[in-house]
Amino acid sequence: MTDWPILTTVTFMPLVGVALLLLTQDDTAHGRRNILNVSLLTTIITFIVSLFIWIGFDNSNPGFQMVEKHDWLNSGIAYHVGVDGISMLFVILSTFLMPFCVLASWNTIEKQLKSYMIAFLILETMMIGVFVSLDIVLFYVFFEAGLIPMFIIIGVWGGKERVYASYKFFLYTLLGSVLMLLAIMAMYWQAGTTDITELLKFNFPAHMQTWLWLAFFASFAVKMPMWPVHTWLPDAHVQAPTAGSVILAGILLKLGGYGFLRFSLPMFPLASDFFAPMVFALSVIAIIYTSLVAMMQDDIKKLIAYSSVAHMGYVTMGIFAANVQGVQGSIFQMLSHGIVSGALFLCVGVIYDRTHTREISAYGGLVNNMPKYAVAFMVFTMANVGLPGTSGFIGEFLTLIGVFRANTWVALFAATGVILSAAYALWLYRRVIFGALEKESLKALLDLSTREKAILYPMVILTIFFGVYPAPVFDATAASVDLLLNNYSAALKAAQDVALSVQ
Amino acid sequence: MTAELLLASLHITTPELILAVGAMALLMIGVFSGERSAGTVTGLAVALLIAAGLWLIMVPSEGEAFGGAFLSDPFAKFMKVIALIGSIVAMVMTVGHARSEQIDRFEFPVLLVLATLGIMLMISANDLISLYLALELQSLALYVVAAINRDNLRSTEAGLKYFVLGALSSGMMLYGMSLVYGFTGHTGFDEIARVLSAETRSLGLVFGLVFVLAGIAFKISAVPFHMWTPDVYEGAPTPVTAFFSAAPKIAAMAMLTRIVITAFEPVMSDWQQVIVFISIASMLLGSFAAIGQRNMKRLMAYSSIGHMGYALVGLAAGTQAGVTGVILYMTVYMVMTLGTFAVIMAMRRKEDGNVENIDDLAGLSTTNPFMAVALTALMFSLAGIPPLAGFFAKYFVFAAAIEAKLYALAIIGVLSSVVGAYYYLRLIKVMWFDPATAEFTRVPGELRLVFGLACFFVCAYVFFGGMIGTAAEVAAATFF
Repeated sequence: MTDWPILTTVTFMPLVGVALLLLTQDDTAHGRRNILNVSLLTTIITFIVSLFIWIGFDNSNPGFQMVEKHDWLNSGIAYHVGVDGISMLFVILSTFLMPFCVLASWNTIEKQLKSYMIAFLILETMMIGVFVSLDIVLFYVFFEAGLIPMFIIIGVWGGKERVYASYKFFLYTLLGSVLMLLAIMAMYWQAGTTDITELLKFNFPAHMQTWLWLAFFASFAVKMPMWPVHTWLPDAHVQAPTAGSVILAGILLKLGGYGFLRFSLPMFPLASDFFAPMVFALSVIAIIYTSLVAMMQDDIKKLIAYSSVAHMGYVTMGIFAANVQGVQGSIFQMLSHGIVSGALFLCVGVIYDRTHTREISAYGGLVNNMPKYAVAFMVFTMANVGLPGTSGFIGEFLTLIGVFRANTWVALFAATGVILSAAYALWLYRRVIFGALEKESLKALLDLSTREKAILYPMVILTIFFGVYPAPVFDATAASVDLLLNNYSAALKAAQDVALSVQ
Repeated sequence: MTAELLLASLHITTPELILAVGAMALLMIGVFSGERSAGTVTGLAVALLIAAGLWLIMVPSEGEAFGGAFLSDPFAKFMKVIALIGSIVAMVMTVGHARSEQIDRFEFPVLLVLATLGIMLMISANDLISLYLALELQSLALYVVAAINRDNLRSTEAGLKYFVLGALSSGMMLYGMSLVYGFTGHTGFDEIARVLSAETRSLGLVFGLVFVLAGIAFKISAVPFHMWTPDVYEGAPTPVTAFFSAAPKIAAMAMLTRIVITAFEPVMSDWQQVIVFISIASMLLGSFAAIGQRNMKRLMAYSSIGHMGYALVGLAAGTQAGVTGVILYMTVYMVMTLGTFAVIMAMRRKEDGNVENIDDLAGLSTTNPFMAVALTALMFSLAGIPPLAGFFAKYFVFAAAIEAKLYALAIIGVLSSVVGAYYYLRLIKVMWFDPATAEFTRVPGELRLVFGLACFFVCAYVFFGGMIGTAAEVAAATFF
């Protein structure tokens, strides 16, 4: 297994599915069947193959593994891929969520199914590519290329305001990213390489770090999204088809957090230290403000979208706390949120497919005729709140510990977010699930179909499993996180020594 | 001039001679066999261009000809091949449209061959005089071509506008050249550079430099000399516009590169600020003015203004990386623009003939998915979104600007590219998000081939971009 280029295989396997899809026809029932089967099989096989990455992964090695490197474009840029403890699980998360996206689109996509599936598979390749890239230009290429399929997915298969939402999504993210592109070029001329492994060892001058950090921040903060540049997210979520929301919340938001961990923190330690209070402030505002906003929403998807912004606030806070608990907690929080928020959007999709509305007021009393659904939704709501025993708890708890060590006040304010999240999530649950089943339109609703069970039950199991036994995740990430933090504190100490000796 | 020198010069200029003699011969054929010969002459003209291109690639001939007035070097060779490809493709695209656009006259291909000859001479010109002659040869042919549909009001208006403004810019340029000559005493680029590096530069020379740059800025349609572009693009028959947008732009950019990098190299700080200004102005105007456009051809006109601004970002750096960036940018830009014009020409309805409004593309993804995918790839590439070719083109020019520490230019550039993305996205929105209205007629094979190849180029650039990059680097190394 050692020589086999497994990362390249996993990254580009969805494109094989695209090639097969090009041979199909989508105007007959038979053709639709073929398209769905091909897409489902492609995503499942990709997921299974990607598991071999985890199996072959050496937990004790903090560096990059399964590295492949080839020259590309004859310009210093290389096709260089590899995974370490930080990126590996995100690859698995991406491949894991894709089959559910295909399943969630089984009956709901009526027009241009073939293009839809092609867009999703291309998007999968781009997302995996982002996490495995070890060349910063390659990273940027994958990072930006994902915009194209997502733009089309929101715009073609989205809701009423889809055009506005897709434009906003595209232009917001592009605006942030182009500044990062300039920073990448500046790094190239400064360090003479675009290789991430080399850049991680390179010491950028302190004044340059500030500017580079800000440029990267512009991109990742939009992607995260952090307050106040989060406004594209609720629009995009509400308008995107269910599977699009799942990918958006589950993976695309994680690109920002991953970027902070891969670039901002290790490459610009002085600037990260300098700007950490700002990030804390923005995170706390995001947690409290967006939780309050979430409470006032009438639209279920919008509510979950705002809650995502709040949860990402914990992630940014934890990352810039820059200690083991904070960073480990952030990674765990991102993975857990990937599953939980994805599952919540899938839950919304289940009832949206039946009633074609996302208004909270249109629902009530679903527990009476959809008990299985009510249970699944309950688990994910609790995980979203951060109830101990669910995966949501571990991430929030660790990030709060981490930030408590860095700054007590921040931890105090951020902890109020836990209460607020309980308020909006439980209130949502009460309004949708409990109460009397009075509305005529809801009385005929059927409980989960086999397909929906196949989507939601595995996620329920994972949510609880990782809530009780998070060790597999921490085992994988520990070594790399330790290395990152050691380098980080060493760089800060070196800078301090220099400052002292000057005095 | 001795016989050997003359022979050597003729050997170096063979591709140009092929075109010059060939154009005369084609004219004869046309005159003697009358209007019916338009098709034959077009075919022969394409064959001529291909012959010139093959000679250029196959036969190694580098050096100066005619006492240094004409220079054949790797840079010239690369740009000529690209320009020839542009001309050939544009000419092939006219075939199916000759009748409907009233360009089925034998003069049309002959004029295009003459324009191409001018283009090749412009790229190789190494002397102010030969540069001017080449430029005028190209321009005069193009003035006529713009107005070739003489019964059409818009076409004649475009031709006249182009002629008047073009003559004005030629005049300015000639004036600038005379000043440069007056203050340096030379017309050859190398001699000018030698004089300039020997003595301190005088104010008069700066005036001359600015006038020359103004004249060239007109040819590449850079702000503030862009006013003719939208009107001419819209008014001229579409096949002509496609030709305008490709090879002449390449030639003018090559000419600008050569003149500033060789002749005015010693006064770099003087021309750099001019180039930075017109680059910023072009990028901003190209992005903002295109937002309100409804007509595809006008949109492409503003888009070309913007793209010239991006190409100039590389030139402003004035380094080898910068010139490589310019060469790559122009190559990629030419492919994208020709592909887009192939799509525009394919927008033809049974009842109302050719249409050219953006809204006419509505629902293309359902009526003609292949064309929609091709145009989508081209638009994302024009917007500079990876992994398409347009991104790498932008990457190299901006990287050069960062290297040269032109941070403000780079930041304004990338921000305006975000604004530019907005209007490219609108085309994609119309194609994919809007419901279909009417279908286009069957797309002719040659157009399908052109936009298919362009789409393939922008998508597959990640695989073979290295080869083109190496060739561009070799070409740019000529100057350093």
